[in-house]
Amino acid sequence: MRTAKGRFGIHGGQFIPETLMNAVIELETAYEYYRNDGGFNRELNTLLNAYANRPSGLYYAEKLTRALGGAKIYLKREDLNHTGSHKINNVLGQALLAKKMGKTRLIAETGAGQHGVACATAAALMDMDCVVFMGEEDTRRQALNVYRMRLLGATVIPVTSGTATLKDAVSEAMREWTSRIDDTHYCLGSVMGPHPFPTIVRDFQAVISREIKSQLLEREGRLPDVVIACVGGGSNAIGSFYHFIDDKTVRLIGCEAAGRGIDSLETAATINTGREGIFHGMKSYFCQDEYGQIAPVYSISAGLDYPGIGPEHAYLHDLGRAEYVPVTDEEAVNAFEFLSKTEGIIPAIESAHAVAHAIKIAPEMSRDRMIVITLSGRGDKDCAAIARYRGEDIHE
Amino acid sequence: MNEIKQTFMNEKAFIPFITCGDPDLETTAAIVRAAAENGADLIELGIPFSDPTAEGPVIQGANTRALAGGVTTEDVFELVRSLKRDIHVPLVFMTYANVVFAYGAERFISTCAQIGIAGLILPDLPYEEKQEFQPLCSQYGVALISLIAPTSNERIAMIAREAEGFLYIVSSLGVTGTRKEITTDLAAIVKLVRENTDIPCAIGFGISTPEQARKMAEISDGAIVGSAIIKIIEKNGRDSAKAVGDYVRVMKEAVMHTGRGESCCDIES
Repeated sequence: MRTAKGRFGIHGGQFIPETLMNAVIELETAYEYYRNDGGFNRELNTLLNAYANRPSGLYYAEKLTRALGGAKIYLKREDLNHTGSHKINNVLGQALLAKKMGKTRLIAETGAGQHGVACATAAALMDMDCVVFMGEEDTRRQALNVYRMRLLGATVIPVTSGTATLKDAVSEAMREWTSRIDDTHYCLGSVMGPHPFPTIVRDFQAVISREIKSQLLEREGRLPDVVIACVGGGSNAIGSFYHFIDDKTVRLIGCEAAGRGIDSLETAATINTGREGIFHGMKSYFCQDEYGQIAPVYSISAGLDYPGIGPEHAYLHDLGRAEYVPVTDEEAVNAFEFLSKTEGIIPAIESAHAVAHAIKIAPEMSRDRMIVITLSGRGDKDCAAIARYRGEDIHE
Repeated sequence: MNEIKQTFMNEKAFIPFITCGDPDLETTAAIVRAAAENGADLIELGIPFSDPTAEGPVIQGANTRALAGGVTTEDVFELVRSLKRDIHVPLVFMTYANVVFAYGAERFISTCAQIGIAGLILPDLPYEEKQEFQPLCSQYGVALISLIAPTSNERIAMIAREAEGFLYIVSSLGVTGTRKEITTDLAAIVKLVRENTDIPCAIGFGISTPEQARKMAEISDGAIVGSAIIKIIEKNGRDSAKAVGDYVRVMKEAVMHTGRGESCCDIES
């Protein structure tokens, strides 16, 4: 009897159709080999540094700090990576791994389009075919990213099933992988899905906390008091938390998209409103009804508009090691505008959820405390949607 | 002898799949009765799930219609209780792990046993994860039915050795849905299965015509058809029972005439 693999406490596992089992086993075997392979790691580091512009800066947000009047705030600038978000860290790793495995085609799901754009980019660079599944609703919300993906040579397939958002894009990408495995790697964009994806994606995103730690030690000679990141599936958050998990003095805070509020039905705050379940290949927390039907979640942010959360976050929540707090659309939009005006940095609406929580807690902390906010992406893609939220109709 | 094994004893089996509550539960009851009367040897009842990741568009549509009609797990249990009063073919549930998990695994599986459900098919529960429900299924005597896919290769022996009820052999890559042709070397898969277990095996995914069903039954113990039946229901709505019954009769005739002599047990000949 083989035992279940890839568990984080009771969460995780491999709840997928038999058709895909050998594909994930092949992936795990390849990853276990290449993660310790000097040549692979050198090649990946060269790509991350020379192509994706790593290390990303750790910027002291002096004006934001002064405006809030409390803890000292640093911004981890993943928004300055090539393609404009943290997604490229994972994608370069997975695309390189897929290439080593002899795959010639990448498929991916995308919500806001950031992961899709990163995949299309890596595919262009590495001469691979790329097909991106995107909820039809999201293709409308993020039309600019759809164009970017096509420009990069990818095929974008609008998904009309279910709620036509991120969860349906994941379902459709899984269905596509079931039908074509030999030449195709499913480049999953977050720390979710069946093992080994939550581990692979975490490892490729852990560069964020590795850099935060060394950059802050160099500048301040100590660890931060709080690390804050937004959480959908949770890849930028786990990347930001990972190297601090054993540093018990560092508070780790994940910001979930509360949409119109956790008391409303229009929310995507999984830890705050969901229950334990089994979906998309993993056991974790999911927004669902009493019969296990997955809830049609909502957030202004297409990238956080997902009814589940990665299994390692579910475990960190169970342990009490990380806190998961809800942030509403309104709070996120206010933070989006506030950071733009105070620092001249337009954050992705996803990342603005993390900024919003810092705005809440920084004033209550003393000036010798330090907060690091991961700015997972830049906000150019969101300008039209935020304008619409404020009642202004602009055309992209 | 359990009722699943018994149903495969005499001749090749025809197994229809029906999503409960599409378009409503009364129609499902009439369809199930029509299928049983027209020769179905075992019936797979789908409990609808919001996000059926192993299904193609046709069965996804059935799930969506059933849920839009407000069907719940309890409604499906009630339907089975009523069907079991006059239907004697074995019934198995086909649903997704979260439907069982959310209801409470023990509450779900013990209810299955109590209302006479013979088995449970969960396409998102591979061998590695079956401990999630296997102990309860064994405790209550509900067969947890395993699937084997065209990609299973060296996993076939491992899965077959522990299989219960019948083995569901997935004919092709991809999700459920009708296909013009099935190219997997299924005889080779069945041969491997046979070397490791003597429980029956039936082939599903992509089958819609009597000719396809006959071919599948020639190399295995039966054929499973879902999407082709859902299409009939989609077209005929509340008046589907007769059309499904007619279809089941034709399909059963196609598979039964393959006869015992060509059973998968001696496909090498």
